[in-house]
Order: sequence, then structure tokens, then C-alpha cells
Amino acid sequence: MSSAERMMALLTARRGERILAGLALTSLAASAILSLVVSPPDAEQGNLIRLMYVHVPAAWVAYLAFAVVFVSSIAYLVTKRTRWDRLAAASAEIGVVFTALTIVLGSIWAKPVWGTWWTWDPRLTTTAILLLIYVGYLAVRRLPDSPARRARWAAVVGIVGFVDVPIVHLSVRWWRSLHQAPARLLGVPDVSPIMGAALGIGFLAFTLTYVYLMAVRLRVGRLEERAVAEALSPRVGQPVEVLMEEPARG
Amino acid sequence: MTLLGQTVAVAGKDLRIEARGRYALGAVLPFAGTLLVAFGLSLGPGRTLLQQTAPGLLWLAVLFASILAFRQAYQAEGEDGAIEGLLLSPIDKAAVFLGKAAAVTLELLVMEAAVVPIVAAMFALSLGDAPLVLVGAFVLGTIGLAAVGSLFGVLVESPRAREAVFPLLILPLATPVLVAGVKATELAATGRGGQAGSWLSLLVAFDLVVLGVGTLVFGHLLED
Repeated sequence: MSSAERMMALLTARRGERILAGLALTSLAASAILSLVVSPPDAEQGNLIRLMYVHVPAAWVAYLAFAVVFVSSIAYLVTKRTRWDRLAAASAEIGVVFTALTIVLGSIWAKPVWGTWWTWDPRLTTTAILLLIYVGYLAVRRLPDSPARRARWAAVVGIVGFVDVPIVHLSVRWWRSLHQAPARLLGVPDVSPIMGAALGIGFLAFTLTYVYLMAVRLRVGRLEERAVAEALSPRVGQPVEVLMEEPARG
Repeated sequence: MTLLGQTVAVAGKDLRIEARGRYALGAVLPFAGTLLVAFGLSLGPGRTLLQQTAPGLLWLAVLFASILAFRQAYQAEGEDGAIEGLLLSPIDKAAVFLGKAAAVTLELLVMEAAVVPIVAAMFALSLGDAPLVLVGAFVLGTIGLAAVGSLFGVLVESPRAREAVFPLLILPLATPVLVAGVKATELAATGRGGQAGSWLSLLVAFDLVVLGVGTLVFGHLLED
């Protein structure tokens, strides 16, 4: 077992899960205090700038999650090990949630600052298409009737979908720049050290939350597989481990 | 047999099926026409509005119609277990992908050749200014579209295939084709064909990426 796998096993055990939950909650609380109380309002945007501390980390987690889907999809096709498929599935689900969250938070921020819920800005448009691609990924996961086939199909979608994203982004960027001058993007606001710290803690908190959610989802994934194996076993209702350990009995 | 020979063989087989069944010509083409009439009706007879929206509507019709063509390309394999024969034949899996993409590209190009003049007439679009840009946009866009469709058309084969999943997957992935195709068509129609170079190169990049990645991973969709 490689050290990365051992690390994963450690994190997805119940104990590791609790530790992660504690870390994620603590950092989320710290992030909330820093971004809502400690950090100053922005010179231009006032208190609206506080949305940055959740919106930007959410977007980061979304991209991180899809990158994990991409890497585990390749790893699955190379090694054909189920754990990589579980990893990709878990990460895609969490990624979709955070992409949707990014769009909603961005909309709430855009309304007072830009005066509109939505603008066809390249980054917004790419994010929306990203969401659609991975909703498609999750839909494909529900299609096949055999787990091996599902894993292979999903891996291919996970790879092609991720590779497609830069081209999609390029196309919508050019598409936009050939139109009217785009609505003034939020430039990087005057970032004071305390604001930088709030954003940094936000990144940390969201990343830890992602890792925690992954740990829970991976455990649920394993339980699901065990439940299916049990339901299909000749001795329904008995744990499969027992069957595997004592094949001679019965 | 080389990969090229195998690809040609698969493409030839699919084109023969089309020649004898005439699905693309008999059902997909009328569907595209119906869509365009519906688009026109939904926008009203205002000439300027129709002219402005024509490139987008044209590509939308192509996109929606192509979904039907991809389904057909794989549904034919599902009948009588034809796909088993294809899988057992001693050819590279990549040849199945490339061959199907080539066949669908040709079918769609024939369809587009029929649809574009209709749009030009109905939506008062002038297309004579930059014919090369127009042809380039349609050929390159169709190749990319056919590549995405042939890659994931296999999913139609699933026993639990739900009608909506396939377009849900294809349409977002094909965004660059839609955007670049519409833009290049728009530039060609407004006498600015010379500015379409970057859009055409974007289509080339999309085609190369999808064909390249598709060739690498397609085998995994088929093996069982």
C-alpha cells in the first residue's frame, strides 16, 4: 500500500473523520469571525466585500474537486481499482455542490455591485458550463447497470470534461471581448493584510471542509458497495466479511 | 490493416447503412428544417432581428439535429447485437471511434449543405461574401461535433439510457463549437470574413483535442 493510500485510509476512518470535522468546523468559525467581524469594510464596496471570503474559496474548492475527478479518472483507467472510481464520484458530487454555491454567492454579490444577477462574463459563463458538464457526469454515473462499466464510462467523461474546460473558457472569453466592452470587472480590491488573512483562512476552511466531506462520502461509498454485495450474497443479511472469512461453513 | 484502413472500413459500413436506410436525410434533415421554421415563428417576421439571430439559430438547429444523428449511429449497432460483431472484429477500438466520427461528419455536412441555403433564404442572410470561411467553419465545427458525439454515443447503448442524458452531456461539451461556429458564420455573413481566423483556429484546437483524447480513451467505453 502506498503512503498516499495509507493516508486516505487513515482520513476516512471514523476517527480521522471526527478530527477532520473538528478542524473544518474550527477553521470555518475562524473564517466567519475574521471575515464578518475583524476585517474592515472595503473602501468602494463597503460590507459587500465580505462575500469575497466565501465566494472565492467556494470557487477554489469547485475547481479543486474537478481536478481531483480528472486525476482519479486517469488513475482508475490505468489501475482499474475501484477506490479511484469512488474518489472521482465523491469529488464530482462535492464539486457540483460547490460550483452551484459559487454561482449563487456570485449572483448575490453581483446584484448590488454590478446591478444585475447575471452577466455573460467569461468566468461566470465558464462556471455555468462547468456545472452543466459535471451534472452530466453525475447523470452518466446513473446509466450503466454494472459497476465496472459505470466506473469506466464515468472516468472517460471525467477526463474529457476536464480537458474541455480550458477551450470552453477561451471560446467564451473571445466571444465576450468581441461584443460590447464587458461590464467592469471587480479589480483586485485594495487588499489589506487583515483582508488577505481572512481570505487565506477562508481558503483553508473551505479546503478542510472539502476534505471532510470527501471522507464522509468515501465511507458512504464503501458502505453502499458493501450493501450491494450483501444483498447479492447467498446469505442475505449477514455481513460479507463473515462469508469471506469462513467460506467453508454453510 | 492500418488504422487508416480500419477507420475507412468502419466509416464505409456506417455510410452504407445510411445510404440504405436514409435516416439522416429522411428524418434528421426535416427535423432541422422544422426547428428553423419554429425559430422563425417564435421571433416574428422582423427582417433585422431574423438577420441578426440567423447564425445562432442555424448552429442551434445543426447541434440539435446532430444529436439525432449520433443516436442513430449507435442505435444501429444495438440492433441484432451488431456491436458484438464490431467488438470481436480484429480492429483497433480507436478505428471504431474515428470511423464513426468520419461517417457522421459526412452525413452532417450533407445535411448542412441543404440547411444553410434554406436559412440564407428564410432569414435573409447573405452568405456569398466569404464562402471559404463559411465552409471552413462548418467543416471544422462538424468534425468537432461528430467527435464528441461519436465518443459518447456509446452511452445510448446503455439498457437504462434515459433520453435526456446524452444531450445533457454533449451540449455543454460542444460549447466551443457553438460559439466559434456562430461567430465565424456571423463574420462571414457581414462581410468581415477576414477576422474569422482566430475562431477557425479555435475550432481546429477543439477538433484536435477531442479526436486525440477520444482516440486514447474510447476503448475504455467499449471493453466489457
